[in-house]
Amino acid sequence: MLPAEGDLRRIIGDGEALPDGEVDGLTPDDLLALYRGLVLLRTYDERSLVYHRQGRIGTYAIFWNHEAMQAGSVFALEGRDWIFPSYRESAIGLLRGMPVSTVLSWWRGHPAGWWNPEDFGVASICVPIATHVPHAVGFAWGSALKGEDRVSIAYFGDGATSEGSFHEGATFAGVMKAPAILFCNNNQWAISTPVSQQTAAATLAEKAIGYGMPGVRVDGADVLAVYEATREAAARARTGGGPTFIEAVTYRSAPHGTADDPSTYIDEARVEEEKEHECVGRFGRYLERRGVLTESVAEEIRTEALELMRTGIVEAEAEPPPDPALVFEHAYADPPPSLAFDLEELRRILGA
Amino acid sequence: MPDLYLVEAVNDALHVELERDPSVLVLGEDVGRLGGVFRATAGLQERFGVDRCVDTPLAEAGILGTAVGLCMAGWRPVCEMQYDAFSYPALDQLINHVGRYRWRTRGKMSFPLTIRMPYGGGVRAPELHDDSPETYYVHTPGVKVAIPSTPADAKGLLAAAIRDPDPVVVFEPKLHYRTTKEEVPDGEYVVPLGQARVARQGTDVTLVGYGAMVHVALRVAEALEGEASAEVLDLRTLKPLDEDALVASVRKTGRAVVVQEAPRVVGFAAEVAAVLAERAIFDLRGPVIRVTGYDVPYPYWQLEDAYVPSVARVVDAVRRVLAA
Repeated sequence: MLPAEGDLRRIIGDGEALPDGEVDGLTPDDLLALYRGLVLLRTYDERSLVYHRQGRIGTYAIFWNHEAMQAGSVFALEGRDWIFPSYRESAIGLLRGMPVSTVLSWWRGHPAGWWNPEDFGVASICVPIATHVPHAVGFAWGSALKGEDRVSIAYFGDGATSEGSFHEGATFAGVMKAPAILFCNNNQWAISTPVSQQTAAATLAEKAIGYGMPGVRVDGADVLAVYEATREAAARARTGGGPTFIEAVTYRSAPHGTADDPSTYIDEARVEEEKEHECVGRFGRYLERRGVLTESVAEEIRTEALELMRTGIVEAEAEPPPDPALVFEHAYADPPPSLAFDLEELRRILGA
Repeated sequence: MPDLYLVEAVNDALHVELERDPSVLVLGEDVGRLGGVFRATAGLQERFGVDRCVDTPLAEAGILGTAVGLCMAGWRPVCEMQYDAFSYPALDQLINHVGRYRWRTRGKMSFPLTIRMPYGGGVRAPELHDDSPETYYVHTPGVKVAIPSTPADAKGLLAAAIRDPDPVVVFEPKLHYRTTKEEVPDGEYVVPLGQARVARQGTDVTLVGYGAMVHVALRVAEALEGEASAEVLDLRTLKPLDEDALVASVRKTGRAVVVQEAPRVVGFAAEVAAVLAERAIFDLRGPVIRVTGYDVPYPYWQLEDAYVPSVARVVDAVRRVLAA
């Protein structure tokens, strides 16, 4: 029932011995749109690292080479479906039209970075590991109860599958037949802990069987394989087939975050090998082989993404300093009276 | 007005609120088919169906975590935690998400969920069926907490909790689920959050309590008749706290004894004492004394009567403050 350890679904070949496959129903325009998404995320990630080094954003969770997992899966969903990201997917909202400045503001710790999930169908960034899995499941279950055709997808890493929240969320998803997709980006490292120390199971997809849902393994750097697996999962969800667990496998080829030094634990030769097959270049070469992408179009797409980033950081930095009143606002719809006294005191002390 | 036990008043409130608002949904362990281990949810599944009174897997963090998602999908979930101490696995969701999510959306999304649970001891139960965990909840920003002591308040505060736009936790004193019947208003009945209640008028000392301890305080007041006139203030809501009612009562009596079943250190009684120190210290004619559970695990039930604040311990505290 479940794929074996070495059995990863793959569509994109290597231009040599491994032949290219195709995904039914994707037009050249679709393929280019997918590529645009990949480049936007890649550019966001690479520029963010620069902005961090320039002191323009704070600590940042790098997602280099995770772009295919994010862009491929989101492309398989409808706009009404909801995305529940972890911090590794902090910029996934860009694929839904969220302004670059919003995400950068989040990493700058400015209130402008906290969005309304209803505007984009993108829930807030979940910082604690796996605790958003039950949210995605509750959302999907609750939408189905209301007769609404909405699928949810929760993104989390390999380490998250050790958490109780993952287990409880997956259990509910199975029992409630929630139209949810549990998307695991298995980059084989939870900071310094390898996946072999997360579980004695041969694969993470194996866990799915215990929750009564299908488990699928795909090559996480193959955007088309990710797309196809997610499209199948979404179709199953919409037709009452319940949840799917997708394990997308890559190898983490960047630090966990800007505060991390992986040289003390990671296999650097393996990182170099992974970098040669990184997902954006790999898809670009595939598109060139298929005659869908030319160097000039690729350049145009890159320039467009860079321009978005340039504008985005300028906008984020132009945000006025937040009003201290925001410390107190929004925690309650109907706040306890003590908060008003606290604000008054703070204003007096700050002279604001 | 029918005479109801406290647990029947809870059940009544749930029936009324599910009838009134089609987005209200009850979920928890054994709440449907069985009607809850205390029968608080009896009859709901028959009346409203399996989708609005949901038997969940045995997973408290899953219950509260999916409730967050249910809110996002437009529901108003009422989660039952089967017992006080069984709620601890759900604190992960409470602290990480329930109290923070509205703030994260900068007030754009509401999370109007309710958590209700039986709490407290005195029922000769096994370990972890007798805790008073309210402090963990009160201490969590973004979360409100109510604790009724009477059947009518149990109905009215639960209705207020369900209708409130913010997450509210309601602790029900399980010892008093079926001790006394009281007239409870029929149909829709709401007791607003944040309003304390003078359960007994007095002039010499204020006994401050909530939940099961209100009953102890009332017995203390009776025991002291002829010796001292004790006022009993039932806080009803711990957050938002009705500070004005607290200060007004103590201004009148000049003395306060705060009774709490939970362990002492950083318990809610300490908060009450701090409010009195900040707002009423010049009205006090003696120290504010706390009578609480001890700072140990809730004991084996053959010893629980030595742990739960008793009439004798509270009377002793009142005499000390009167002598000061």
